[in-house]
Amino acid sequence: MHRSICDFALDIIQNSIEASSGLIVVDFIESDEDVVVYVADNGPGMSAETLEKVKDPFFTDGKKHAHRSAGLGLPFLAQAIELSGGSFEIDSREGMGTSVQFRFSKEDIDSPPIGAVDMTFFAALTFPGDHEMVINRTDSTKVPTSSYSLSRSELSEACGGLETSGALVLLRRFVRSLEEKTGMRSEEATDSFKN
Amino acid sequence: MAKMTLEELRKLRDEEKKGLSRRNVENKDTQIIIGMGTCGIAAGAKETLDVFVQTLEECELSNVRVTQTGCMGLCYVEPTVEVIVPGMPDVIYGKVDAEVARKIVRKHIINKALINDHIYDKPSADIVGEGGAQ
Repeated sequence: MHRSICDFALDIIQNSIEASSGLIVVDFIESDEDVVVYVADNGPGMSAETLEKVKDPFFTDGKKHAHRSAGLGLPFLAQAIELSGGSFEIDSREGMGTSVQFRFSKEDIDSPPIGAVDMTFFAALTFPGDHEMVINRTDSTKVPTSSYSLSRSELSEACGGLETSGALVLLRRFVRSLEEKTGMRSEEATDSFKN
Repeated sequence: MAKMTLEELRKLRDEEKKGLSRRNVENKDTQIIIGMGTCGIAAGAKETLDVFVQTLEECELSNVRVTQTGCMGLCYVEPTVEVIVPGMPDVIYGKVDAEVARKIVRKHIINKALINDHIYDKPSADIVGEGGAQ
């Protein structure tokens, strides 16, 4: 089971990448009350029939692992949401793409901690593929509200690709610097919720 | 750490390029592939990736390929990491936490010695017995 909101976010982002989407847009919005994550892609999408089954842990489309009958990413999320009184929405259209939005309340003791946001964006941006990814981060717990955006293609150009350790070191420093400057990163990053 | 701009990032890249060491040329065919499926994420693969990059920086290795893949089928020993070093057997390591990730860089990649107690796939027992070093 995932430990943090960032774990859930990364898992959902990876679903979009592995669905061969050309464009993935992520919004990670934090306020005093809650954390809202929105992931939208222009991948192949799902039929209404498939969409009905995605919260079933014993359902998978069989494309990633032909001999398995489990798909746990979305069921994990649905379960955590149910336990903590958050919200979860998924919308998908065949040939158009899929969007997932989920919200965890900061007030609920069963909500998971936020986790390390910079590490999550770093992992999401460096997952291999030719896709574009845009990540929009907003934190309104501070005054004034802090925000920044990351574009995978821009970062790849600036770092000289996203595969060699030299490039990844630069990207890691860059993303960490954004979180630190905006006051979004702290030593308590993994324990920033009340539980 | 001050907030960086893309322009500063490009500048930094140019500076780093100039300082490339000989070790980097030697390691250009070395690969670290981290399993980042649902099972890997749940077990801490994100943190493992971070420690790999941090350790490669500390060891001044800028030419190692570091990539991610989905589940490698070894969910019970996540986080899993495949390591490919020319002249050594390809290995899948399991239970790769921060400490093991550091060992992989320093022992396997730099000193060319296997970390036997974390191997879960690839080299047969005789290879581990002959060439491995704890």
